[in-house]
Amino acid sequence: MLSLLRAVIGRDLRLAMRRQADIVAAVFFFIIVVSLFPLGVGPEPEQLRRMAPGVLWVAALLATMLSLPRLFADDHRDGTLEQLALAPQPLALIVLGKVIAHWLVAGVPLVVLAPVLGVQFDLSSDALTVLTVSLLIGTPALSGIGAIGAALTLGVRGGGVLLSLLVLPLYIPVLIFGAGAVDATVSGLGPQAHLSLLGALALGGVFFAPWPTAAALRVALE
Amino acid sequence: MTERAINWFAYASPQTFYPLAGKLIPWFWALAALFGIAGLSIGFLFAPTDAQQGEGYRIIFLHVPASWLSMFIYLVMAFWAGIGLAFNIRLSGMMASALAPTGALFAFLSLWTGALWGKPMWGTWWVWDARLTSELILLFLYIGFIALQAAIDDPRRADKAGAILALVGVVNIPIIYFSVKWWNTLHQGASVSLTRAPSMAAMMLWGMLLCALACWMYSIAVALMRVRTIMLERERHTDWVRALLDDKA
Repeated sequence: MLSLLRAVIGRDLRLAMRRQADIVAAVFFFIIVVSLFPLGVGPEPEQLRRMAPGVLWVAALLATMLSLPRLFADDHRDGTLEQLALAPQPLALIVLGKVIAHWLVAGVPLVVLAPVLGVQFDLSSDALTVLTVSLLIGTPALSGIGAIGAALTLGVRGGGVLLSLLVLPLYIPVLIFGAGAVDATVSGLGPQAHLSLLGALALGGVFFAPWPTAAALRVALE
Repeated sequence: MTERAINWFAYASPQTFYPLAGKLIPWFWALAALFGIAGLSIGFLFAPTDAQQGEGYRIIFLHVPASWLSMFIYLVMAFWAGIGLAFNIRLSGMMASALAPTGALFAFLSLWTGALWGKPMWGTWWVWDARLTSELILLFLYIGFIALQAAIDDPRRADKAGAILALVGVVNIPIIYFSVKWWNTLHQGASVSLTRAPSMAAMMLWGMLLCALACWMYSIAVALMRVRTIMLERERHTDWVRALLDDKA
């Protein structure tokens, strides 16, 4: 079981490394979206500091959306997905491996960049730490829940737009608790409650999402 | 098996359900009209004017039933979707896709009438109250379901994909509701409260219940009409549909 998981993660990571342009594009999308907000609303530090958690989190959601279609699309196109579905091991486990690989490729860069971008918004060091931690805890949930949408829209007309329509409403709790943790720190309430709930969402999301995803993949492969 | 009065499974087949639905639809329309007339006349003619809100409160006779129905229909839709996924019954998937537009309509009506009520009462069209926000998200979920089914050409695949989405949505609705609720309460106390006067006049309650029943009957009638159309469309290559159409022609 574990060796299968490791093999799937290793394979997806290797594939991602061979096409680094995709990763870089999503990361720069994140940076650009975040940098647009001060240009749009004005450079007052007070206002930016209040907006920062929400802006960074929304940008993280959008950047994740951008990389989700590739989660299964390439494997679907060249037939690998059918082979994986035929494997004797449960498909949900393979999906879990792909979700973890997606998080490593799409989630971790956002976590690493977030403090740098947070400095642009004049966040205090406490808030920066909480922002990074909240993204670290929350982004796995984004990959997990997003996988359901990616599987449902596999090979469907206008899949990209449809994917955001399906997945963004389901992301709302993650957004609320993720941005809420930073907000609570800024306002002096302490982020523990939000971070715990975020952790619960992430664990629940990563644990349960592979099943509906696997079911959706089987529907798509019929 | 002759003991059994009605064989319910017989109606799981579109061929037998089509005429049954056709017979039931006028009854549900009649009930909807009856309850609607009763509820609205109580609401507009007999229910007393609210002490605080004046005549403007009367929008609840549409607003509250619409909100109830929008949530209830999502559950029913997910129920049919789940049945369809588990037992592979075609009719269940058709029911789910027939219910979705009505549910979306009620979610929209609930938001719209809420906004119309909010302007005179709260002085604003929209507040980020937990209930308003979760109703808005419910509308998004409906739209996602409809869009997903519309984008998939193969109806069986559309049914199954929609069913998975509806079930995921049902699991998520409580999570979304509570997260929105906590988000709001953690942020700040609501500047306006949705809680109405503690004791509602009995007449108002009756009017509201009758209107809710009217909306309910309307939903059933419309969903049955829609499911009949879906049946004809999907089963157009079968003998019974051809025979039916030949009869009509």
